[in-house]
Amino acid sequence: MSDEMPVRDSVTIVGASLAGLRAAETLRRDGFPGRITLIGDEPHAPYDRPPLSKQLLAGDWEVDRISLSPTERMSGLDLDMRLGQRATALDVSAHTIDIEGVAEGYDCLLIATGARCRTLPGTEGLAGVHTLRTLDDSIAIRDALRSGPRRVVVVGAGFIGAEVAATAVGYGAPVTMVEALPVPMGRVLGDTVGDVVAGVHVDNGVDLRCGVGVDEVCGAGRVESVRLSDGTVVEADLVVVGIGVIPNTDWLDGSGLTVDDGVLCDETCLAAPDVTAAGDVARWPNPRYGEVMRVEHWDNAVEQGAHAARRLTLSDEEAEPFSPVPWFWSDQYDRKVQLAGRPRPDDEVSVVDGSFEERRFAAIYGRDGRLTAVFGMNRPRQVMQYKGLLERGASWSEALEFAEDQI
Amino acid sequence: MRVVIDYDLCESNAICMQIAPDVFEVRDDDFLYVLNETPGEDRRASLDEAVQRCPKQAIRVED
Repeated sequence: MSDEMPVRDSVTIVGASLAGLRAAETLRRDGFPGRITLIGDEPHAPYDRPPLSKQLLAGDWEVDRISLSPTERMSGLDLDMRLGQRATALDVSAHTIDIEGVAEGYDCLLIATGARCRTLPGTEGLAGVHTLRTLDDSIAIRDALRSGPRRVVVVGAGFIGAEVAATAVGYGAPVTMVEALPVPMGRVLGDTVGDVVAGVHVDNGVDLRCGVGVDEVCGAGRVESVRLSDGTVVEADLVVVGIGVIPNTDWLDGSGLTVDDGVLCDETCLAAPDVTAAGDVARWPNPRYGEVMRVEHWDNAVEQGAHAARRLTLSDEEAEPFSPVPWFWSDQYDRKVQLAGRPRPDDEVSVVDGSFEERRFAAIYGRDGRLTAVFGMNRPRQVMQYKGLLERGASWSEALEFAEDQI
Repeated sequence: MRVVIDYDLCESNAICMQIAPDVFEVRDDDFLYVLNETPGEDRRASLDEAVQRCPKQAIRVED
């Protein structure tokens, strides 16, 4: 152990969701003996968010099923949990954090304050218009779905919107999904694969409107209709808006940290001496891609939470860069879609298993002679095989050869 | 140690297969198969990672 090895008495983690909790678990698993304080602004104990748009929203699960903090798992962690409390300011040079306006010192700090939903302007206070991020959001939308809406309008055909649409269809509700892009997910998946994803919604009876924006959500006190940019008006008594998120960094004004669409970190997730960030709120240069990125996926919260926690206990010399291959899954209707890697819409695409027609396939993406991503629909085995190739930095031809060998 | 899967939770995301292919396999039928229910102690770090990274929290390791 070098003389520079930092000695840590305590760690303060701001954000009691997946990244924050996994950070605390990692510290304990690595044998950290000091005090760990976990601060969360929601009143609920840590819970898992993916079911909020799926099983919980569908009514298949009750709230107790989504806990991330069952008693048997928490008891060994010995956390100082402070729920329902909001961090309001930070001063990294003074090593102080304000909790509900009261300053206190910290030894080292992990920021995992996540993100909040973008909203449509003019919808504040309009009943029947929802975003989906929290447990309370999910329960409110579930209750609205149970009351039998005449029509649900989902704004945004990204993964949250797509999952909400699928779940609403499961309730038997007529669903219109509005997407500003010409092809859903086209900017991520490219138009060829995006068209297949769109087709799954249409197969399931969703009225999909692409290439149109929302001009106005209309109603007096309660939503009545949505006026689209092409002039059409869609009657709606439930509107769910899934148009992306904004990192929760407002409390960091004047903190001394660099905030630019997230907390800017170095390759190792360090944002300032004794301060790291993880999960949806963290932006860092991923050396694997030579690109500064912020990743909103579940798996990234787990991995980066662990990495950022360990970083706090390491010296600069010992610290390692955080260089994951991003990966996520989404469940819509009876389809499981998964994406690993970092595709661009103009990458070359090759179907290596199954076919678009059967809605069961794996497709790989390549650019400049490299394999860049794999997308699967009901093909988890293949996605993970190619994810392994991505982590090894495989070439495009190597990936194609691998595909040949599988036949 | 013993690997226990809650098959009511498992959705075959196959992340475990990528982390520990000697223990977990998702086959073409999209179901997870445990290839070795009692892996050696040298596999503990990988299994811990599989437990942590399973999106459904469907994996337990019992001592």
